[in-house]
Amino acid sequence: MTETTDAVTAKTPAAGRRAARGPANRPQQRSARRPALQRITPWLFLLAPLALLVTFTYVPVANMVYYSFTDWDGVSPDRNFTGVDNYTQIFTRPELFRVFFVSFYYLAASAFQIAVALYFATVLSFDLRFRNLFKGILFFPYLINGVAIGFVFLYFFQDGGTLDSVLSWFGAETDHAWLGDPTSANTSLAGVSVWRFTGLNFVLFLGAIQSIPGELYEAAQLDGASRWQQFRHIIAPSIKPVLSLSIILAISGSLSVFEIPYIMTGGATGTSTFVIQTVKLAFQFNKTGLASAAAVVLLLIILLITWIQRRLVPDEKVDLV
Amino acid sequence: MGKKKTLVGALAVVTAMTVAGCGGGGTASTETASAPTDPAKVSGTITVLTHRTDLVKDGSMEAYAAEFAKTYPKVKVKFEGLTDYEGEVKIRMNTENYGDVLMIPGAVAKNDYPKFFAPLGATDELSGTYRFSDKTDVNGKVYGIAQFGTANGFIYNKAVWEEAGVTEWPTTPQEFLAALGAIKERTGATPYYTNFKDGWPLTQWSANIGSVTCDTEANNSLAGAVSPWKQGSELNVIDTLLHDTVKGGLIEKDPSTTNWEESKNLLAKGTIGTMMLGSWSITQMQAAAETAGGSADDIGFMPFPVQKDGKFCATLTSDYQQAVNIHSEHKEAARAWIDWFTAKSGYAAEEGAVPALKADPMPDTLKAFVDNDVTFVERSEAKTGTVNAIDNAAEIGLAKQDYRQKLVDIARGAQQGSLQDYFAELDKKWDEAAKTAGS
Repeated sequence: MTETTDAVTAKTPAAGRRAARGPANRPQQRSARRPALQRITPWLFLLAPLALLVTFTYVPVANMVYYSFTDWDGVSPDRNFTGVDNYTQIFTRPELFRVFFVSFYYLAASAFQIAVALYFATVLSFDLRFRNLFKGILFFPYLINGVAIGFVFLYFFQDGGTLDSVLSWFGAETDHAWLGDPTSANTSLAGVSVWRFTGLNFVLFLGAIQSIPGELYEAAQLDGASRWQQFRHIIAPSIKPVLSLSIILAISGSLSVFEIPYIMTGGATGTSTFVIQTVKLAFQFNKTGLASAAAVVLLLIILLITWIQRRLVPDEKVDLV
Repeated sequence: MGKKKTLVGALAVVTAMTVAGCGGGGTASTETASAPTDPAKVSGTITVLTHRTDLVKDGSMEAYAAEFAKTYPKVKVKFEGLTDYEGEVKIRMNTENYGDVLMIPGAVAKNDYPKFFAPLGATDELSGTYRFSDKTDVNGKVYGIAQFGTANGFIYNKAVWEEAGVTEWPTTPQEFLAALGAIKERTGATPYYTNFKDGWPLTQWSANIGSVTCDTEANNSLAGAVSPWKQGSELNVIDTLLHDTVKGGLIEKDPSTTNWEESKNLLAKGTIGTMMLGSWSITQMQAAAETAGGSADDIGFMPFPVQKDGKFCATLTSDYQQAVNIHSEHKEAARAWIDWFTAKSGYAAEEGAVPALKADPMPDTLKAFVDNDVTFVERSEAKTGTVNAIDNAAEIGLAKQDYRQKLVDIARGAQQGSLQDYFAELDKKWDEAAKTAGS
């Protein structure tokens, strides 16, 4: 969603400029109609993205909100308006919220993930041998389709699978069913998610770090600053906005984990997350209305957390020089 | 200011579109899709939606259509194979474009059948000819005819069982567990394979509701606040057997990473002793056995290990039911296809399944059942609509994997709880849901 809106706002000034330049070369007598055309032109350019945005974002969301007030089962042509009944159900059934505990595994994992990504981004932003190769290796997992990752790691965690055989090379004969009990299953799944998303954080951090002017490091080095001092006083403050964005993404991501646990365990053995639960309500038990309400609640929770976070850490303008 | 106006405008558009989008509301049709009297006169092109993408791809369906065209020269049959049949058809059913002939997706509530499908005739008439016809009966009319049915029980590797010294079918759950124990001790095979990760094979246990008491009304009697897991009930016996099998360590070492496709080979090769599946799996297992270099004769099928008056019972349950789209323009042709496909195509025999046509004999795959006088219990599905409504409202899912996966987890100690507590919890959920739903 953010991407689309960004694209739209980014396009507007460019479109305006182009339109303004165009008619200026035309003969003078047409100048009377210029303002009207000029005013319309940006809208003409906006027509396509706005239509896409409305059709594929706002209409479905509005529909979802509407369904959340009905008892629709997802197929039947009839649906009854039930008011806030679905919302009452969600808030009076504590077991529906218990699945959020699973999110803590992913939250802890994403803290780890951000730390790892930050470390590698810092290290690889300096001159190193095989620097680009390492960048590629780190970013590669993010390019793989989530479904494929799920299947690959199923084999990885299998009894006698990759993980077990790698461990046995080091003499650790494990006989552990990695996905067999809730704690190790959730840890394993969170590990997969770290493996997959570190690359994204890494690239974001790397981009931010590389935008820091090189003279700053030089000056710091002349002053005798160590690597750690350079990180602490130059890199960390200048990537603060990206860091705070990553934390927002990590939190909302942890609350809405879906594909990795859904493909690998289907939510069995205590690995069910809020989104898996919602999908099951909608498509297994045909409670589309209740599931829509759950989705709306999740959306509101994420918006709320983001808002709180923006309040606590306001967007400061980074001024390096 | 300008920004706000645009937003309001956009919201107005969205609201208008939402309201327009939900003006649905089906009208029940009364026009029966009746069989044509003169085959030469029906014409039109009909589309058949099917989940058997394999048969569409390898041309088997085309061959059936060619055979069909010999009787009905003016009807052209087209097939649409859908990989995610349930998911896709369910969404398409919000429009009018869901083929002429389709299989009724599980998500459609029984009472909604008249809004989506053309009636095929009176239940009284059709129930004489077809098995399972009451499954789609709404107010005395049938809306779907089963492609075929399946008998339920355990599929097992005969060689493994014989190696363990068990030659007779176990007659009680205790004997069954003892036999699995013998397999574990005397052979290297996994006695029972849960297919826990793929999950759906766990739902097959529910198909045995009726095998325990030999009661054709077993499923219907779940319609109400009846505590389905109380002591001695069908589900209590069935789920206790699963629980004890898991608890006794008679299953695969790591259930969380099982693999259905692989399990077929493992059973065929004798690495797995037993699985709970419908009789539809026999042909697949036999094929797997032959591919693995074994013999198809190694694959056996046994009834649920409970006897009533010295005899085994095995439930017969129906596969997908074929229906005619209520919006179809060629209802006669569609009906002709259903009748022909069920009765004359030889499809059920080819699949080794229980024919939907009462007059047809049991398939060869069930020879052992017929020879040993296993009573076939054709489970009445008259109240399935109510049972499903309660099941969904309770969020248990008798035909879904989640509650049995939890049962297996409890049995192997991966989740806390005891079997009795879990049964009590399920009973409570069911009974509470029964008060609000379906009655």
